[in-house]
Amino acid sequence: MRNHIISLLDKGMRLDGRKADEYRKDIKVEYGVAKLAEGSARVTIGKTEVIAGVKMEVMDPFSDTPDEGVIMVGEELLPLSNPAFEAGPPSIEAIELGRVVDRGIRESHALEMNKLCIISGEKVWAVSIDICPINDAGNLFDASALAAIAALQDTKLPEYDGKKIDYKKLTDKKLPLVALPIGVTVIKLGKHYIVDPLYDEQKVADARLTVASTADGMLCALQKGGVEPLTAEDITKIVQLGLEKAKFLREKVKQ
Amino acid sequence: MGKLLVQEKEIVVPGQQVAEGMDYVPGYGTYREGENILAGRLGLVAIEGRMLKLIPLAGRYIPKRNDTVIGRVIDVTMSGWRMDLNSAYSALLNVKDATNEFIPKSADLTQLFNFGDYVVTKIINVTPQFLVDLTMKAPGLYKLPEGRIISVTPVKIPRVIGKRGSMVSMIKNATGCQITVGQNGLVWVHGREPAMELIADKTIRMIEEQAHTSGLTERVKAFLEEQTGKTVEVPREDEEYQEV
Repeated sequence: MRNHIISLLDKGMRLDGRKADEYRKDIKVEYGVAKLAEGSARVTIGKTEVIAGVKMEVMDPFSDTPDEGVIMVGEELLPLSNPAFEAGPPSIEAIELGRVVDRGIRESHALEMNKLCIISGEKVWAVSIDICPINDAGNLFDASALAAIAALQDTKLPEYDGKKIDYKKLTDKKLPLVALPIGVTVIKLGKHYIVDPLYDEQKVADARLTVASTADGMLCALQKGGVEPLTAEDITKIVQLGLEKAKFLREKVKQ
Repeated sequence: MGKLLVQEKEIVVPGQQVAEGMDYVPGYGTYREGENILAGRLGLVAIEGRMLKLIPLAGRYIPKRNDTVIGRVIDVTMSGWRMDLNSAYSALLNVKDATNEFIPKSADLTQLFNFGDYVVTKIINVTPQFLVDLTMKAPGLYKLPEGRIISVTPVKIPRVIGKRGSMVSMIKNATGCQITVGQNGLVWVHGREPAMELIADKTIRMIEEQAHTSGLTERVKAFLEEQTGKTVEVPREDEEYQEV
């Protein structure tokens, strides 16, 4: 299978007929898909489908950042989305996915953390983003990152009277979202760089690099995976591809 | 008096009551509970006199003797290879069933079949405990060279093959691809032209999607003609394939 994918690439084609640097065209972002979450979104890229939900809580801030909010990202790989996923405690892959999404949002400073503070040193908003893949046909990284950012856009703060949160009443207040970090995953296979890998492609990849960037082209996070090393030249090329494809993905979400 | 609760070719789900009374007999895919007959799996009802059968719409592969299947090498042991058959049960291919050549005891068996290789092989025996034995000593069995593997629901494989292989030979003729179909739901496709291989892939997935509908051959022909831009001949033996 691996040799076949490479020899197809030598002829300029991938398993589904795309070019190596071509993203899947059928990308859809739906907002407000989960009723009980304060914000949610469903992202479909080809046959890959991911749902993300945002819950807002009030908690004590961490003592080193007394006037900053808290964000948490959790991803759970449901066995229904891919036969290779097992139920039970989060796998290494699930933790990695969650962390890559988390770092994209955190390091781009997409959320103005000090605006999430209610009383300095006492009460801050905690934003927890939960991501579930519904179907894994490859490239969960990009789909998850996109779903998370779309869910954040969709989020409305619930009513808070200083003691209790009333989840039944959502206010018109939105999250202080100032940037849109978009993750683009590129895999290296032989001498080829492949954007938006399919499941069969990412299974045989030599290395993988996820590039998260904001609208002004600022790199905010990189995550490398896979067993083979990447050279400096590889990384330059992949980052360029990542920045270029992020523009295309960014058009799919609300501005 | 027994009463039938469904019609011919109706889709039933597991546990759904198909008939009541002792006048009907459960067949493949159905079972009796008390005086009722219930569906045991998802499928279309086929009524044959008093016998109520199901034509399954989905299901995993259960190894069967004399099936030609495509296996993937998942382990190399002292005396052979363990293969994944796209099934809950894995299978063993013994060295003595793999080749006619003499293989010394210390030989490196990965020289013949290595991890991850796909092999067209035949099931020679299945024990009641589902220990499966394979052989390579029959015509048309070989190690698959480079190509793409497509996974199809095993119950739909008869439609991919068509009556006397008509469907698969239609795809072969139209696209010029080499295709091997395993009973276990794996299909190997290799084309000299990537574009043609992609058309063959799409066609097989289309057959899988529409396997339970009638008039499929005509639609596949139209699809192939549209995609390749050539006229496609339907092989003569083909009538609508009826699965029993």
